[in-house]
Amino acid sequence: MSVEAREARQPWILLSPALVAVTLLLLVPLMFIVVYSFWLRSAMGADTVGFYLDNWHKTLTDRFYRDILLNTMKIAAITTVICALMGYPAAYFIARSRGNKMVLLLLLMLPFWISYIIRTMSWINILGTSGALNSLLLSLGIISAPIQMLYNEATVILGLVHFLLPFMVLNVYVSLEGIDTNLEDAANSLGATRWQAFTQVTLPLSLPGLAAGGLLCFVLGAGTYITPVILGGPRDAMFANLVFEAIITQLNWPLGSALSLLLLIVLGLLVAVYNRYLGMAQLAKGLG
Amino acid sequence: MSAVTLSNIVKRFGTFTAVHRTTLEIPEGAFVTLLGPSGCGKTTNLRMIAGLLDPTEGEILIGGKRVNDVPIHKRNLGLVFQNYALFPHKTVAENVAFGLKYRNVPKSEIAARVRDALDLVQLPHVGDRYPKALSGGQQQRIALARAIVIEPDVLLLDEPLSALDANLREDMRVELKRIQERIGVTTVFVTHDQSEALAMSDLIVVMSEGRVEQVGKPEEVYNTPATEFVANFLGASNIFDARCIEHGATVVVEDAVFGRVTVPAAKAPNLTGTGPAKLVVRAEKLKLAREAAPEGVISVPANVETVDYQGQAVRYFVRAGEAQLQAINMIDDHPFAVGAAVHLHLRPQDCAALPG
Repeated sequence: MSVEAREARQPWILLSPALVAVTLLLLVPLMFIVVYSFWLRSAMGADTVGFYLDNWHKTLTDRFYRDILLNTMKIAAITTVICALMGYPAAYFIARSRGNKMVLLLLLMLPFWISYIIRTMSWINILGTSGALNSLLLSLGIISAPIQMLYNEATVILGLVHFLLPFMVLNVYVSLEGIDTNLEDAANSLGATRWQAFTQVTLPLSLPGLAAGGLLCFVLGAGTYITPVILGGPRDAMFANLVFEAIITQLNWPLGSALSLLLLIVLGLLVAVYNRYLGMAQLAKGLG
Repeated sequence: MSAVTLSNIVKRFGTFTAVHRTTLEIPEGAFVTLLGPSGCGKTTNLRMIAGLLDPTEGEILIGGKRVNDVPIHKRNLGLVFQNYALFPHKTVAENVAFGLKYRNVPKSEIAARVRDALDLVQLPHVGDRYPKALSGGQQQRIALARAIVIEPDVLLLDEPLSALDANLREDMRVELKRIQERIGVTTVFVTHDQSEALAMSDLIVVMSEGRVEQVGKPEEVYNTPATEFVANFLGASNIFDARCIEHGATVVVEDAVFGRVTVPAAKAPNLTGTGPAKLVVRAEKLKLAREAAPEGVISVPANVETVDYQGQAVRYFVRAGEAQLQAINMIDDHPFAVGAAVHLHLRPQDCAALPG
């Protein structure tokens, strides 16, 4: 075999374990879900195999689903904006600090060493009626009875911000690191104040990182299932909870399949728009 | 009046002293080069003038006014970096116009001044392009245009030619000097490249380890180095331990290779009297010849050890007795071969002497 032929084959050999895994564990099950979504749930016994559009009709026209989808998008959007506002200054601080960057980045990664569920549940110890914050306020005499702070939309957003903030910080950090610090010096020397240099030069050049972080936060936030279960009230269900409800509680796999595919399509479109204008390379930078 | 004055400047980073007590006058309209190896403090000085660093001690005056507490954006300086530092998300014209926006220049005038600046750097047609689309040399011209369009009081150039390849560097050197002379702006140029310094400067400040070694015109620092460091850093020199045995109207030094050499007093300005001294012989002042020299020229027999052929010139390493010497000679056709027995010719007036 020629050297060229061997070199041409090499990437495929290296990729094959990942390709096999993705095919078997993701693509094939996804195809099952697609097929399922056209079946019909019968009141008793096995689902009716066939090509029925009933689940899709219900998914796309029922106001209930539409409202929860919109609410999910709203929660994901608010979370993303908060992450951007909190994460950008943090990323800027890390990128511009001298010497101890690695320590700061390590601290940023520290929460990933603890299970996401444990981290989410820790808020119950902080905000619960017998949690740290209520105990403190009671002992200080500021309140006379515990306040119900948990199980609302605000705590869902809080939990999501807690979960997603490192993704935002990392992405913005990576793009800030790629900006030559001489650019700010150059802007200053030309008469721009530090704030003007930031808004004119650094901020626009870091927008790709901000967009990548935003996309990750939004997609992960919109697909979240555990946070509303642990920190939300009965009316704070997000779209992934509907899928769970349909499949696990009602055992309605066809409907659950259609619902989960709808979320996949909506978020997929978002990623496609992002890819069209900013490209996936930026996202890969932030993750690596 | 000096355009820039550094008065008793000291700069420390923690326990490390980057610049030892330095006082320096930069004359109005002059092209002044801070020359030295990396880590000598030249860039630290430039950044203190720019306002990117605060001096630990001392004062900086620009146009006679103390600027220690004036932030960089109010100093009205033009700054050019080694890596160009053009704003990649702005077009060339937007880059050049950047500084004018903060100077309340009317829109119509901005366009005209940007055009003039681009004409000056001979890139009149690239205004709509992005920096990425230009070559390194072109980008550096744009960086220069951006710095001079604001009519700065002082132009600060931080190794602006170092990122360019050799041929382009020499072209840009001539170009940069032409533009500087045309607009007459006081310029402080930082480089580690002695040929750039010699070719462009009105005044060279040679620095080493945070100290100024010598300040002088290019031919002064080249022909009459004040210290051994300067003699070694600018060009190739042979430096010998010697003794000064006569110090008056003429200076006579004696060393093991050339014997007694009568050095012009002007080329031994720092030698204060008889005693230990150093004899400095530039490599290109040492001529190799087949025959002994005529009267008045010192002649020493030697053997060629290494030949470093460079085309129009050749660098020889020769041995004369115990000493190994370097000689750089222009040649017509063939260099001397390794092992050849030659005579080293040296005119005494080409030597310089330093305190020992």
